[in-house]
Amino acid sequence: MPSLGADMDAGTLVEWLKSPGDKVRRGDIIAVVETQKGAIEIEVFDDGVLSEIRVKPGDEVPVGQVLALIDGADEDSEPPPAETATKAAGLPSRPMDQEPLRTVSQPTADGPKISPAARRLAQSCGLDPGSITPGKDGVIGLREVEAAAHHADTTQPAGIDQRAMRNAIASAMARSNREIPHYYVTSTLDVTPMMEWLGAYNARQPIERRLLYLVPLLRAAALSLRKFDDLNGAFVDGRYQTTANVNIGVAIAMRKGGLITPAILDTASHDLQSLMSKLSDLVRRTRQGGLKSSELSMGTVTLTNLGEQTADALLPIIYPPQVFIIGCGQIQVRPWVIDDAVVPRQLMDVTVAGDHRVSDGRRGAQFLRNFGDLLARPEEL
Amino acid sequence: MTARKITYRDAVREAMREALLADHRVFLMGEDVGRYGGAYACSKGFLEEFGEARIRDTPLSESGFVGAGIGAALGGMRPIIEIMTVNFSLLALDQIVNTAATLRHMSGGQFSVPVVIRMATGAGRQLAAQHSHSLECWYAHVPGIKVIAPATVGDARGMLKTALADPNPVIIFEHATLYNETGELAEMDDYAVDIDRARVRRTGSDISLITYGGSLSKTLAAAELLERDGIGCEVVDLRTLRPLDDAVLVQSVRKTHKAIVVDEGWRSGSLAAEVSARMAEQAFFDLDGPIARVCSAEVPVPYARHLEQAATPQVENIVAAAQKVMRR
Amino acid sequence: MSNSSRVHLDRNHALELLGQMILIRRFEEKCAELYSAQKIRGFLHLYIGEEANAVGVMQALTADDAVVATYREHGHALVRGLPPGEILAEMFGKSDGSSRGRGGSMHIFDAAHRFYGGNAIVGGGLPLAVGLALADKMQGRQRVTCCFFGEGAAAEGEFHESMNLAALWDLPVMFVCENNGYAMGTALERSESETSIARHAESYRIESEAVDGMDVVAVEAAARRAADAVRAGAGPRFLEARTYRFRAHSMFDPDLYREKSEIEAWKTKGPVVTFSQWLLDNQLVRPDDIAALERYADDVVARAVAFAEASSWEPVEDLERDVLAPVGWEVSQ
Repeated sequence: MPSLGADMDAGTLVEWLKSPGDKVRRGDIIAVVETQKGAIEIEVFDDGVLSEIRVKPGDEVPVGQVLALIDGADEDSEPPPAETATKAAGLPSRPMDQEPLRTVSQPTADGPKISPAARRLAQSCGLDPGSITPGKDGVIGLREVEAAAHHADTTQPAGIDQRAMRNAIASAMARSNREIPHYYVTSTLDVTPMMEWLGAYNARQPIERRLLYLVPLLRAAALSLRKFDDLNGAFVDGRYQTTANVNIGVAIAMRKGGLITPAILDTASHDLQSLMSKLSDLVRRTRQGGLKSSELSMGTVTLTNLGEQTADALLPIIYPPQVFIIGCGQIQVRPWVIDDAVVPRQLMDVTVAGDHRVSDGRRGAQFLRNFGDLLARPEEL
Repeated sequence: MTARKITYRDAVREAMREALLADHRVFLMGEDVGRYGGAYACSKGFLEEFGEARIRDTPLSESGFVGAGIGAALGGMRPIIEIMTVNFSLLALDQIVNTAATLRHMSGGQFSVPVVIRMATGAGRQLAAQHSHSLECWYAHVPGIKVIAPATVGDARGMLKTALADPNPVIIFEHATLYNETGELAEMDDYAVDIDRARVRRTGSDISLITYGGSLSKTLAAAELLERDGIGCEVVDLRTLRPLDDAVLVQSVRKTHKAIVVDEGWRSGSLAAEVSARMAEQAFFDLDGPIARVCSAEVPVPYARHLEQAATPQVENIVAAAQKVMRR
Repeated sequence: MSNSSRVHLDRNHALELLGQMILIRRFEEKCAELYSAQKIRGFLHLYIGEEANAVGVMQALTADDAVVATYREHGHALVRGLPPGEILAEMFGKSDGSSRGRGGSMHIFDAAHRFYGGNAIVGGGLPLAVGLALADKMQGRQRVTCCFFGEGAAAEGEFHESMNLAALWDLPVMFVCENNGYAMGTALERSESETSIARHAESYRIESEAVDGMDVVAVEAAARRAADAVRAGAGPRFLEARTYRFRAHSMFDPDLYREKSEIEAWKTKGPVVTFSQWLLDNQLVRPDDIAALERYADDVVARAVAFAEASSWEPVEDLERDVLAPVGWEVSQ
């Protein structure tokens, strides 16, 4: 059954105009076929003898099926099976179809109406959207989240006297500047693999399980610090003692100003998801009150992360009695060189400061090397 | 840097004259461009200066002379085809969509069509339904052509040169109410500007107001009023409707978290719809609320002044939309 | 058979004319077969019966002239000199096709041969031809733009607009109307109040001539007269070639609107059979010559099929290539 049109799938044989045994020549009309558009005559393209008829009048036959055989025709006179362009070229996937689908958060049936930006801010403040009062129109926007965060700050956190804490920080910083001989080492890290991995990871997670980029930084820092016992410990009474566990103090900004550095105890024992929960919890309790004194006193190293859209780098000040501090600048797309080509990459400047009474610049540099290597393989974190 | 006051019309005329003087392949073709001096007086004096061969009055044959312009471009000329208004361009849609836009891709890359088509567009002068269309979005829909909308005297003066240097068909939409407007034009040696970037005309951090063409001045006026109300508006002039400059839009919305698109086309299937979709695709998690659109009412544009005003985006509509978006 | 003093009909020229018509005939028949086998898809419009028009008119054109044609343009493309393999590959949709497989049967283009398509819109090529001629006139070039179209185009507004512009601006266009009596399924008498297309053209003050489209020598003579005038700067010219297509409008057309007897009658007056007979009768050629031309045509067609079969598909990744030209791109004129 020949194809007679772009939209013809089948035809019904109406009549044979030749019989088996008849000689046929190229161009002869051999049968009549009924299609959607009416009756069409079928011609043959070969010379020969009609030997076998396979379809009888009244049969509906799909395009490509054999109607009859002609002897003396060339071997390849039977039309080859229709090979569509798509089959021949492989399954086409249009380039534009490969753009990743962005997951849209599904609002729960009786959940609050919260805008994407507000949800993101709430998460980073450690606020539960369910605890935020919506506006008059029933919507939780950036405005409502900011109000909730501000409210959390202004209420007195139980157990911690904010003012006393600030004074303590001030005197510690002054002491650090006076007493600790700081050395600084800086490295620019290509965090593109980490950010890409993170983006892919987060895309597969519901909102509650997504990771901030601080989390892989913390984990990489914790894993590295386990290998550097002259960077993880306390310098007290003129002597340095290394600490077995790595408890990284995370610098968290307080609403009314100042930084506090509660620690995640035994940081290296937590996987990424667990670190994220710990971090969110710390941030929330920092803002609302409820930090434990052990978290404030048992930090062994501090990590301060400037965050997005801030500045490229900082020279951090060590929190005594700690002997090391890690300062991460913002992640920015900047030119980088890979294989002799200049390419845009996401880069982050990391500056570590160490107590020169305990370690030296080379150690700081080795730590940075190790830290960077771990971040370059984010899937292994 | 000195600046001078110039009308939009004179900026267009200056741009065309510069092009005609600079390149002998450039010629102007359209209805009443010669003897009449141009329906909007954009080619006043050209016939006397450049002659009949290069300033061609055509019969009322939009399909014929647009197709001829395409053929002339294929044959090595650089025609500026003036279609009096977008309303009459419908007669030439076949040539624009089926010839100009397809020729390169359909021939496997053998040809390009370096033709510039200018048309007046828009409503606001009580010309009723058949003379008040804003169909920029129909053209912006079609791959194979570029579509731009100069909204300032600087763009009216500078976009034409870049369009003529482009080997692809470029359609320039000039909102009819802009011709009489006066603006400041900084003096420079080369007025050419890009035709592929949007521009922030006013910075602000509370809402992004995104617009093009004839709606720009209304949007800026609305921004002034809103400022007094404590709402800081960032006004983005799209300038190029195909291709759209996503990067500028997204950057603005990332900052403000709220967006309104002001578009004189009808809301359904509008350019505003396309811009909204792109912002939703690329900046969803930065949005603090749904994207709003201020568009023309879904009616053929009426003749009576009060009805025409009610049917098309006005300053008050933009202000009201902004206050709603700010949840005031 | 007419006897024209302008056409130098010696044996070689006769063989050239006949050979080209036979090549077109064989090529088109092969296309019909390939379409039935689903190698060619979409729409396929065959030129069988109308060969004399393309062959005769092309004799009057030089390589520097331009040709604008319609969706029934395989014959025109072949005679214009486009490689048969590329034409067929185009119909197969392959990347070695004239338009990289992107156009198919209706959109054959070749910049090197100044062959501007291939157009699926009836009447769509006329303004384009007017424009090409306008460019030549404005740049002082003495060449002809030859625009082929069917009589169906006379109904379109673009026909009227293009005739008017060409005459008004005195443009070097040679309009060739291949009047085969049917615009798809509608006979001329049912769609035109004035069925003489040449007369339409005359109303625009364009010098027109009607010619027997089955007589390749008459067509060549008329085409030379017209092209010479156009080339000399005498303005546009119009030819109406009265012809007939032996097959349906396209492959999927049951031809319900024509009588079988009418088709058979025209076939007896067909361009190949009448010219062959006349040449034999006048002993300008021998039967062997005709057989040789047929063998040659079959060979060309077979090689074109092999070329098309062997050609590859354009990679899907290239889908968005060449929607727009990069700034600075120019084709030589």
